[in-house]
Amino acid sequence: MSTLRKSLVLHGAVIAGLFALQFVLPEYHNTNVARIMVLAVYALGYNVLLGYTGLMSLGHAMFFAAGMYGAGLPIYYLEFSAGAGLLTGVACGLLLAFLFGLLALRTTGVAFLIVSLMFAQALYLATLYFNEITLGDQGFIVKAAPLAGIGFHEPALKYNAALVLFAAALLGCLALRLSPIGRVLTGIRENEERTRLLGYNSFLYKLLAVVVSGGLSAAAGGTYAILFSYVGSTFASILFSIYPLLWTLLGGAGTLLGPLLGTSLMFYLVDFASEWTSAYLLVVGAALVVLVLWFPLGFLGWVRTRWLAWLP
Amino acid sequence: MAALIETQGLSKRFGGLTAVDAVNLRIEPGEIRAIIGPNGAGKTTLVGMLCGRIAPSSGTIRYEERDITHAPPWVRLLAGIVYTFQVTSIFKGLSCYENVALPAQRRLMRGLLLKESLVTERVHAALDAVGLGALARQRADSLAYGHQRLLELAMALAAGPRLLILDEPTQGLAESEIESFCELVRTIAQRATVLLIEHNMPVVLSLAERVTVMEAGQIIAEGSPSEIERDALVQKAYLGT
Repeated sequence: MSTLRKSLVLHGAVIAGLFALQFVLPEYHNTNVARIMVLAVYALGYNVLLGYTGLMSLGHAMFFAAGMYGAGLPIYYLEFSAGAGLLTGVACGLLLAFLFGLLALRTTGVAFLIVSLMFAQALYLATLYFNEITLGDQGFIVKAAPLAGIGFHEPALKYNAALVLFAAALLGCLALRLSPIGRVLTGIRENEERTRLLGYNSFLYKLLAVVVSGGLSAAAGGTYAILFSYVGSTFASILFSIYPLLWTLLGGAGTLLGPLLGTSLMFYLVDFASEWTSAYLLVVGAALVVLVLWFPLGFLGWVRTRWLAWLP
Repeated sequence: MAALIETQGLSKRFGGLTAVDAVNLRIEPGEIRAIIGPNGAGKTTLVGMLCGRIAPSSGTIRYEERDITHAPPWVRLLAGIVYTFQVTSIFKGLSCYENVALPAQRRLMRGLLLKESLVTERVHAALDAVGLGALARQRADSLAYGHQRLLELAMALAAGPRLLILDEPTQGLAESEIESFCELVRTIAQRATVLLIEHNMPVVLSLAERVTVMEAGQIIAEGSPSEIERDALVQKAYLGT
């Protein structure tokens, strides 16, 4: 079987499995999995930049928040529909990513990391500063008009809307990965100077990766606001820039299913740990240390080196 | 006849050091040219400026009668200037196929669209040309050093060179490998102009039609291999006899 066919079968099976899962899960876990799928889209976006292009950002919360506020504010103030709100949110994320990329891609490595952190902090502080509009860290409730008569509080709509977004993002990332652009991004990750000397304007490709990554993160942020009915500054804070890094590393940077796996593991780890202690962030920190020391490739990265070399 | 590539007063200064000093180099289409000279003579810096890796401090570069002095490397590659690194610069974590696919797809992309079967064809042609056809699926870092050099050459071939710059290509190759390598360069030279930096004098004498000798950033002699062999200045500077 060709790589393409194997990839389609595997990822199709994952999507089908997630669809079937909603009929067997109890309601509490149903909502959790919906949340995980939306956050996994965020991690998928992060992975386009870290896993496939080799650029590590510590400011992705700005894109998530751009999508979240871009969708939430017009729904809250202007009574946009959910669809129009989501589109506005994604547009905000794309625009922000484009402007950010133009400036930040003059740097690489640690400098890029710091610049992304600075941008994200500026946006975070802006959400606090303009609290008359954003309502700061107290946030606001988003109530989008029902979709075809079904309210967004209905678990079935939540789950399936999240699944549609996740499936689209996963297949989109697979297409990108297997496209000529994906090959160039991998080249940049492995050896940027060589890629430039082989005929590619690496800046443009990196900018494209930043825009795709920011757009996916914003789509996740906007969907999160609509499905879980809340927008607040916390989602723009540094913690939400660290999460996708952690999810991606845990699942395996540069693998397509890594973000979903990492998000699920971390979500349930935190869920489990917070039953025992209020210092659940300690668990997150410990997980990061273990990961970096013993599993630098993440779970699926490890599986790929061992058994499945074709895994995209 | 118009030169394929021609430099005028090309210089590169790194702080106080002048690595390349007002070089006028002219290469005709179709020739195999060798540049020789002791270590630190400025050979790699000179070709680095030709392929766009290093920005010149002053002077101009004309390629097919176009000024490319300030053109970025990817523009030069599309014009046919292809460089292979002195220290192999391959994508170590990728398979041989993927290493060659990246340059192979460059000329086949129409916008962002591409027919993958054409890439496959081109990759296999390049890998077969250097004799690595059977190793397409192997990871590049698992290859023997000599094979990595050949992979580097396959990448250059897949890019469709009109001017192929080889920076010390035989360094680290075994005697037996060098012979077939020379044969390969002769085949390539039927379709492309070859500019070769080389320390191995037998290789230079057997391959090159003209030889340029550099020392301390300047060209000190130029001529046919036999002229260069006889040149007293060259013998003093380089051949050491």
